[in-house]
Amino acid sequence: MDPVMPEPSAELGVSAPLIEPGHSYASVTDKISAIVLTRRTPRWWMLGFAAAFCLMMLLFFAVAYLFAVGVGIWGINIPVGWGFAIVNFVWWIGIGHAGTLISAILLLLRQQWRTSINRFAEAMTLFAVSCAGLFPVLHMGRPWLAYWLFPYPNTMGMWPQFRSPLVWDVFAVSTYATVSLLFWFVGLIPDLATLRDRSRNRVGKIMYGILAMGWRGSAVHWSRYETASLLLAGLATPLVVSVHTVVSFDFAVAIIPGWHTTIFPPYFVAGAIYSGFAMVMTLAIPIRAIYKLEDFITLRHLDNMAKIILATGLIVGYGYMMETFGAFYSADQYEKFMILNRMTGPYAPFYWALIACNIVMPQLLWFPAVRRSVVGLFVISLVVNVGMWLERFVIVVTSLHRDFLPSSWGMYYPTRWDWATYVGSIGLFLTLLLLFLRYLPMISIFEMRQLVSQTSGKTESRVSGNLDDV
Amino acid sequence: MPGHDNKNGLHDIVAAGARQDGSAGRRFWRGLGELAETPAFTESLHHEFPNDPEKENSGVNRRDVLKLMAASAALAGLSSCTKLPTQKIVPYVRAPEEIIPGKPLFYATAMTQGGVATGLLVESNMGRPTKVEGNPLHPGSLGATDIFAQASVLALYDPDRSQVVNYEGRISNWAAFVEAINRLRDEQKATGGAGLRILTGTVTSPSLAAQLRALLAEFPAAKWHQYEPCARDSAREGARLAFGQPVNTVYRIDRADVILSLDSDFLCSGPGSVRYARDFSARRDPDASPNASPHASPNRMNRLYVVESTPSNTGAMADHRMPLKPGDVERFAIGIAGSVGLAGLPESRSIGQFAGSAWFEALSKDLENHRGASLVIPGEHQPAAIHALAHAMNHALGNAGKTVFYTDALEAEPIDQLASLRELVEEMKSGKVDTLVILAGNPVYDAPADLDFAKNCLGAKLRIRLGEYDDETSELCHWHVPEAHYLESWGDARAYDGTVSLIQPLIAPLYDGKSAHELIAALGGHSDQSNYDLVKDFWKTQSAKDAKKPGKESQKPDKVFETFWETSLHDGLIAGTALPEKPIAMRGGFNISSQQLSPSAAAESLHIVFRPDPAVGDGRFANNGWLQEVPKPLTQLTWDNAAMLSPATAAHLEVVNEAVVELQLDGRTARAPIWIVPGHADGTVTLHLGYGRSRAGRVGTGIGVNAYALRTSAKPWSADGLVIRKTGERYSLASTQMHHAIEREGKQLDEPSMAAFDRELVRIAPLEEFRKNPEFAKDPEERTTKALSLYPAMPQSAEYAWGMVIDLNKCNGCNACVVACQAENNIPVVGKQEVAMGRAMHWIRIDTYFRGGLENPETVHEPVLCMHCENAPCELVCPVAATTHSPEGLNEMVYNRCVGTRYCSNNCPYKVRRFNFKLYSDWTTPSLMGQRNPNVSVRSRGVMEKCTYCVQRINAAKITAELEDRGVRDGDIVTACQAACPAEAIVFGNIKDPSSRVAKLKAQSRNYGLLTELNTRPRTSYLAKLTNPNPELSSPATHQRKE
Repeated sequence: MDPVMPEPSAELGVSAPLIEPGHSYASVTDKISAIVLTRRTPRWWMLGFAAAFCLMMLLFFAVAYLFAVGVGIWGINIPVGWGFAIVNFVWWIGIGHAGTLISAILLLLRQQWRTSINRFAEAMTLFAVSCAGLFPVLHMGRPWLAYWLFPYPNTMGMWPQFRSPLVWDVFAVSTYATVSLLFWFVGLIPDLATLRDRSRNRVGKIMYGILAMGWRGSAVHWSRYETASLLLAGLATPLVVSVHTVVSFDFAVAIIPGWHTTIFPPYFVAGAIYSGFAMVMTLAIPIRAIYKLEDFITLRHLDNMAKIILATGLIVGYGYMMETFGAFYSADQYEKFMILNRMTGPYAPFYWALIACNIVMPQLLWFPAVRRSVVGLFVISLVVNVGMWLERFVIVVTSLHRDFLPSSWGMYYPTRWDWATYVGSIGLFLTLLLLFLRYLPMISIFEMRQLVSQTSGKTESRVSGNLDDV
Repeated sequence: MPGHDNKNGLHDIVAAGARQDGSAGRRFWRGLGELAETPAFTESLHHEFPNDPEKENSGVNRRDVLKLMAASAALAGLSSCTKLPTQKIVPYVRAPEEIIPGKPLFYATAMTQGGVATGLLVESNMGRPTKVEGNPLHPGSLGATDIFAQASVLALYDPDRSQVVNYEGRISNWAAFVEAINRLRDEQKATGGAGLRILTGTVTSPSLAAQLRALLAEFPAAKWHQYEPCARDSAREGARLAFGQPVNTVYRIDRADVILSLDSDFLCSGPGSVRYARDFSARRDPDASPNASPHASPNRMNRLYVVESTPSNTGAMADHRMPLKPGDVERFAIGIAGSVGLAGLPESRSIGQFAGSAWFEALSKDLENHRGASLVIPGEHQPAAIHALAHAMNHALGNAGKTVFYTDALEAEPIDQLASLRELVEEMKSGKVDTLVILAGNPVYDAPADLDFAKNCLGAKLRIRLGEYDDETSELCHWHVPEAHYLESWGDARAYDGTVSLIQPLIAPLYDGKSAHELIAALGGHSDQSNYDLVKDFWKTQSAKDAKKPGKESQKPDKVFETFWETSLHDGLIAGTALPEKPIAMRGGFNISSQQLSPSAAAESLHIVFRPDPAVGDGRFANNGWLQEVPKPLTQLTWDNAAMLSPATAAHLEVVNEAVVELQLDGRTARAPIWIVPGHADGTVTLHLGYGRSRAGRVGTGIGVNAYALRTSAKPWSADGLVIRKTGERYSLASTQMHHAIEREGKQLDEPSMAAFDRELVRIAPLEEFRKNPEFAKDPEERTTKALSLYPAMPQSAEYAWGMVIDLNKCNGCNACVVACQAENNIPVVGKQEVAMGRAMHWIRIDTYFRGGLENPETVHEPVLCMHCENAPCELVCPVAATTHSPEGLNEMVYNRCVGTRYCSNNCPYKVRRFNFKLYSDWTTPSLMGQRNPNVSVRSRGVMEKCTYCVQRINAAKITAELEDRGVRDGDIVTACQAACPAEAIVFGNIKDPSSRVAKLKAQSRNYGLLTELNTRPRTSYLAKLTNPNPELSSPATHQRKE
């Protein structure tokens, strides 16, 4: 529409559009809300949902069996007391980080390119945290007593043991889940109102109406909304750093070689963002193709995310390097043994696969051509997801399986129930995500409308009171 | 039955038939009557309306209530008329007027193995025997026990133990049996018992022997045979060769400075091994020990040389060890005998191959230099000639009467048991036997394969069996009478030195069990006599005989006897019954001919060695879960036996661990998985007996390989001509400790063990080095004095700080502590699958490390239990404070609080915590509940557990001390592991009290902690191991024979 704007594919610099030209307020609203309200439920959605639902049922089945028999159905043992459950917990928590980073930190930094991806990144965060939150409970020997980890007045006269990092985890993860949920929900309110107004079906009107909480789009509403979201962004920002820091304490506070490392907090946070962005990319690429949202999630978005993946990947690589260096520099025989055992022991293939996935592969992102190749990015993001899962496996299992006393050395082999629980948790995640795609606007409608004015050449402040509900 | 519909009745019989077809019971039935004897059908007959639909729905109905009421009323009347005879048993320590609930009582009794008794004290909680301890007064125990005694209490409660008298597979009863016996007596009387044969194990019991002799007097043509698969025939025959009579050999290990073991595992198997382990360890103290025998040279450690084929615990304790093929052990013995000046040795047996070895020369010199204080011990499984040779050597070295002495044989009737069994089989084959009475034993399973006992015993027309289990032998017998467990019966037996040990029951038979005494009495027509009377009357007669001797006080004999009887029961032994030392001379013209030795085998031929399994013995303990699960010494295998061979032989045969091979020996075959054992003799395969049971019970049936299938009466202990054929199959074995060989400087070494030595987890030095540097093992001061922690120190008790010291120089890795802990602390059995997954539950484990080349490494055992760290890493990480620190320094587990995150176990550098991954404790089998220690929680699923330093014993001692208004004294608290340890390697006590044994040991220079660099400040510490190598042999213990 605006001849000033360059062609989208020409250059992916800061001037590249965040929304393809040709959109009006109405077209943005139409396009996004139609996915929820008017378009027929696509066939692939039904198939995808069926598959995800089956996987989720697998999870429920595995959990039911777990509760009936005990954690002995998994491959864990002495010395490897933690296995897939904790690997998956850390992996899912890490994945969640991208959403908070995009919605909170990038909001505070006024990075407007975040707009089109923040909604589903936040949703992804929420679902990932839900999956993550399951595992600490499932991995307990007596999960029905999980509430003992919360400080609440009780007849036993007992507090949790506050020196334990697991208690810190409880606070960190529950706070994180709460703030993420609030932030996501608050951000949804204006769009829920849009859906309420546009829904032609009575159930939809009522449901969206309740969820919209009486939003009418008045200037006061917008002002309150902006204050609330800024405050929540402020609250969520430290959580991006704190949650994975606390998760890393589970390991760093312990005395096991391979866990007892001061570099863990920053290295875990970087790793979390790394895996989180990889997961956003993994999800965004197929979604934008399927829902024809290339106009909204443009190549510039993908390019920016690729750059973040590259940067955090380098930090993670630095972490691996320092871990190895530290082991030898410390001259501590247990640390040295641990690193050598990772590199040459029975789990060495996992270690080298992790290096290949997390350090070698992402180097391709230095090349702009790779960053613009949708297929290339998709593959790399998948590889990074696998790599980050392997990283947690290597940290948890290889550190434990050969620690101080050689007489206690052992091996950990996951059982079918380990796999069922892991794959099942992916099913839970996908089920929630598909429900979200189907029933809620996956891209923030009102924030996209703000971008329309930019592509029209008008410079308006981001907080514009004159946007009202069309 | 009125109202009973015939159609329904028929229907039931048909249904019963259907059930029968599906079951694995008898295949054929002779008539509807027999068929209808199924319990389900019998039960259905008791219902007036068998198919009453209302019955199904209501739990208890009016008819049942009335029936029960009537029955109980009738029974109440009945039982009040029966006056049970009083059979007084005498408690060991305290005799309260009434049992105080919660206060255990201890009774002395004895357990026999191979007929030889070890004295025990058994703890009884409210009438239930729960835990076995050694009897400190008993010469064979001195308060310690072995694993078999520890595990025997589980056998008492074994739900698979046979419970009723069976006739032809059907439930019968004792009265019917007695009736049958009386008929039999009438038949046999005519012929003087010509067709009657009695097969027993080794009998040392004076009273049982008297009964048997009386029976044989009544039936002069009857015969008494004895057979045990691991009998001491060689020792018996060896004594006959050397002295012309079967004598019992008793060693005084504590008096010996130099010991040579010719393939003898005297520390861990055979009669007196518990005592021998104690005597041996008393001489492994480099500093003068107050406990050392007055005969011991003060301040001098003994030196042990071992030549053996199969690595044993004794071999692991050796200062010099040499693995030799079975035949080479004999050649070696002949060589040594020649160099200590024995004549009349077979010329053909050249010692040429040993002559050049420094090892060999140094040994003979060492033995010569310690005349009168040296000792040669032949292995039970060596041929008789070697036993004779050892006797000759001990005589030549002036050891007889000093480190070794001789007594009359322990056995009431010392005979060659293999010959005895062979004779019995021949007679059965030729139909001369019409009644065979088998007392205990299990010959169908464990008789040599060539005798084919299972087939030949069918030649006896009537077969009667007394057995604890309805096993392989009972299956082929007409009558099966359940044998009472030793904790349920009266009896007596001789200890390794002849001391008569009394067996008194702790509990009335749980089932219809009868003792051998009762069965023999029934055969003698005295079925009315009780077990108690049979034993007591025998000793009454004996004491009356004694009283007739001059010099006895003329008191009322009855009163004297009662006092004597009660004292003896209280002590568990009859004082002064140890067999007197017998001055004995070597038989004139002593000579060993070549025929008495194993023939020289072709160098290429493989040898096979049979040994009783270290955990299940000859197979009699196969259904004992504790014994199945205890990691066998050196291999750490559980739940299986395996074809064990050396790394070099495995490489030569191109087999790896767990590869299944077919063992072919003289046309017989067996399939077994391979297990590579460091230090095993090359060219030799060891297969342990006791596995491959087909009717052991739900624990022991069908596991492992039946070695008896290869074992013949001609070559019961070793044979050559073994052929190994690979099958390409794999069979997974469950071991609790990983070992894997790596190649370094041309040597095969064990990687985990190397790490253990690098990490200074085991510290070991030769005695010389220790003398020069007594503090070689000591931890640097900063690791033991500073207690840096981010958190404030725990409150400390002013009086007590519990701690433990384990002397690695004494521990021989016998596992008694492991099983004792399991019995004391209600530790569940998890099964092979779970052990293989790394989930064994033992609170104490024996770590084994190998140093040096795997062809003959030094072996170190290290018992590891909770260290009760003062800065415990586990406590910090528990999110719910389920593991906490007591002011007395115990690291405590609060099971009820544990939510099972397993973080504590991950953070434990010693990995001593154990987790209930599943519901491992048996909460459903009623009989097993009787065994449980009432003072220890039975853990449920999902909670962590670990060693508590036997906190229940600590608290019991504290309560007693408080009642007596005093502090806990040193020695008041003995942990279960400490109590069981034959070597006295474990000492527990209050380290705040500088005069306590534990504090004194901790003050020794050899004291060190595990991983003290982690600032855990463990309360359990170790005394470094010392070796006492012969200075003439430069490098200790690792000498290979020069070919």
